Amino acid sequence: MTSDIQVQALPVQGRRRGIDFSWPTFALLTLVLSVLVLLPLFWLVYYSFRSDTGAGATFANYIALVADPTLLRAYGLAIGMALAVGVLACIIATPMAWLVARTDLPGRRTIRMLVTASFVTPPFLGAIAYEILAAPNSGIVNIMYRSVFGLEASEYLVNIYTFSGLVFAIACFTFPYVFTLVANALDKVPSDLEDASSILGGKSMTTLRKVTIPLVLPAMLAGTLIAILQALTMFGSPAILALPAGFHVITTKIWSLFQFPPRLGLAAAAALPLLIITVILLRAQKSILGRKGYTVLGGKSGTPRITELGPWKWPAIAFVFCVLSLTIILPYLAIIKTAFTGTVGDPINLSTLTLSHWRFVLFEFSATQLALRNTFLLGFLTATAVTAIALIVSYLVIRRSVPGSGFLGILATAPVAIPGIVLGVGLFLSYANPTFQLYGTIWILLIAFMTIELPAGYQQMSSAFSGVHPELEEAGRIVGASRLRTLWDITAPLLRTSVVAAWCFVFVGTIRELSATILLTTANTKLVSVIIYDLNESGDLGAICVLGIILLAASFAVVFIANRVPVLGGSQMNTRG
Amino acid sequence: MWKKALSAALLATGLAASPAAWAEAPAPYQITPELVAAAKAEGKVVFYTATDVAVAEKLAEHFKSKYPGIAVQVERAGSERVFQRIGQEYSTGIYNADVIETSDAVHFEYFKRQGWLEPMVPQEVADKWPADERDPDGNFAAYRAHLSVIAYRTDLMKDADAPKTWEDLLDPRFKDKMVKAHPGYSGTVMTSTFVLSQLLGWDYFEKLGKQNIMQVQSSTEPPKKLAQGERALEVDGNEYNVFRLIDEGKPIKIVYPDEGTPLAVGNAAVLKQAPNPNAAKLFYAFLFSLDAQQLNSDFGGLRSFHPDVKEKADRTPLSKIKILHSDPEKLEPEIPTIKANYEKYFGT
Repeated sequence: MTSDIQVQALPVQGRRRGIDFSWPTFALLTLVLSVLVLLPLFWLVYYSFRSDTGAGATFANYIALVADPTLLRAYGLAIGMALAVGVLACIIATPMAWLVARTDLPGRRTIRMLVTASFVTPPFLGAIAYEILAAPNSGIVNIMYRSVFGLEASEYLVNIYTFSGLVFAIACFTFPYVFTLVANALDKVPSDLEDASSILGGKSMTTLRKVTIPLVLPAMLAGTLIAILQALTMFGSPAILALPAGFHVITTKIWSLFQFPPRLGLAAAAALPLLIITVILLRAQKSILGRKGYTVLGGKSGTPRITELGPWKWPAIAFVFCVLSLTIILPYLAIIKTAFTGTVGDPINLSTLTLSHWRFVLFEFSATQLALRNTFLLGFLTATAVTAIALIVSYLVIRRSVPGSGFLGILATAPVAIPGIVLGVGLFLSYANPTFQLYGTIWILLIAFMTIELPAGYQQMSSAFSGVHPELEEAGRIVGASRLRTLWDITAPLLRTSVVAAWCFVFVGTIRELSATILLTTANTKLVSVIIYDLNESGDLGAICVLGIILLAASFAVVFIANRVPVLGGSQMNTRG
Repeated sequence: MWKKALSAALLATGLAASPAAWAEAPAPYQITPELVAAAKAEGKVVFYTATDVAVAEKLAEHFKSKYPGIAVQVERAGSERVFQRIGQEYSTGIYNADVIETSDAVHFEYFKRQGWLEPMVPQEVADKWPADERDPDGNFAAYRAHLSVIAYRTDLMKDADAPKTWEDLLDPRFKDKMVKAHPGYSGTVMTSTFVLSQLLGWDYFEKLGKQNIMQVQSSTEPPKKLAQGERALEVDGNEYNVFRLIDEGKPIKIVYPDEGTPLAVGNAAVLKQAPNPNAAKLFYAFLFSLDAQQLNSDFGGLRSFHPDVKEKADRTPLSKIKILHSDPEKLEPEIPTIKANYEKYFGT
């Protein structure tokens, strides 16, 4: 009561003090982000020095890390796999990006759209689709190969349960990272440099080799690094394809340490090198991306040059079609086929078509409803919270409204260095104790997802912010509105297409998350990704495909609606995207 | 009827005669209208189980039709995962589960030692169950049993070529042809690995590991890989899943090897911290009722300790099979060795 009176009595002071929330917002965000990022890392380090048998402080876990051949082998295989995925993704994605961005290839828009669809597909679902397609005996591809060439039952063309099969299946769903970065870079390469090369007598291939490729090389390397990072920290695909082949990668090995009796200390110690490798890779990426500045320096001097493919058109179409078949068309057809037939090996005819998997998932399987509800609730909450935090943080950082706000930017980017499974271990150690009791609620998952998705959201928002000139905000401030009010009334509407894009990005990212989730769910906090994983362990492929179709349909619907709601920016999205 | 009364009387004298062993087993209870009403007021029961998800959901459906108004939340995972999950939840003070069931008998010895179980004995268990298939203190009882069997696709492998013994599996002709579940996930396979390592020694597994075997997780999965045609022969896997697939018309045959077939006993119990204690008590009694056990046998292909359950005629009765029993007390200290050796020989 008294404060109300004071405000009325001292209107000017009260307004200034009461409305500028910059400092409290900054303090609150710093606190929230510190808790999100630093607490799990602290417990991770702490537990890595604790004995699993309760004998107090010890180095035993680190000794085991270098002495245990199974752990070393898992690390070696994981690193080899990640490098191979990176190289393969780069080899597939770069020519495709060039064809789509800089040639007269027909259907370029559609191709970009289909690549985005591959990005939305959770990698674990892609891995399961490849089990259906390329298992040595029951895989559809191998069945067709045998029947076409009339071979014996023991012959096969491809075997997905191998190291190379695993690399292939992961690359299929990580190449969009390289593709998007390289295609965007190619969009930006100034055509005057290429024109200069042509004027000086360079043939189109020489120009490509000497001008265009060097200019997009940083983007290629950066994309490859992201693909390597994704593969290194991925849990779902290796768990589905590597374990049947009889080997562990580091993420599945860490997961196996949680089996009874749990070896939390060793799990924590085993997770830390993964964190260090990730940080090293990200620093490498940053130093490479930092040099990318000079491509942008050229500025946009006219539309990008389009190369006419001429007689190369058909081979190019064949190449793109082949890539899209392997990454989108075949996996999706396999999923749809399995959802509607009895078992995977069945041929398609009237007698094998059945709705039994749908009946099972929709009416008999008691986890379905709960998991769908949890998944979408968490998707909405995470996307909304991350977008809001990213919006405010990038505002504070870009406009430098509070001294020290750069630190917030670092905090918001830091989780990018924390692999999902490491964060899962850290969060389990932080919040699964009688003090916090967050384990077993959806809040621990919300914390995990917010932490994982924050860097992506922040990157998108801050790049959008740097495109908005501050003069409009200054106008708002001069008229007397507070910082948050200008942010809300002026800046946010200007940014709404980016906001919607960031929201969708985070939403999709949340839905496909498995590596942190797998350690943090309980019976009442099941997610669709986890029940898909559970069903895979008991071999119920039909039910998985039904759930996968529901999950994908719902994600596409949410993304579609978010881009169509007029209040949120409506169709403007399309002109940008 | 008098038979029942007599057995109850015998049981009562037994109780009186050996107070040390029976001191803590509570008196058997029946499903009373009061219990049903109290369970309905709670409206829900959470069942952590390792039984194949289709079988467990079928059972839940039957319960719901019998006691409408009580929802059953089935949480299915492999035995070792269920064990890991309950361990993680209880160590952090989360009490989600009402009734728990796994196919690794070691777990129930562990739960009992930890004091996590609420002793109770349904009337049916007291009357019908063999004494060595239930806890003397009434903490748990054997809800189901099944064998871990060798099986093969008859269209991909001739009967004459099929293995007859465990040693046969080491033959080079089976290389690349076999699928096998994992002891770190499946209680059934943990049990069978222990029993077979005792019988045949670890060098048997070392040789088996060189046969390039497809490694899956759950013991429900090898039969499904057979059905799918992914492999022609399973090293281990639930007999009940094979029965179900044979009933569906899949060309699969079971082998009961000469050396013997490992038996996995699935115990069930009610947790002391059950959030829905009355629904748990009702559901627990239901699990051992004749019609639930008969459903498990008919639809699920599981073996039952209920003497009145009638098995389908085409199934080999347990009495005709040489069975390898496991001793949970001896198995428990061996678990780390089994896991380490397994990873050494099979890679994961």
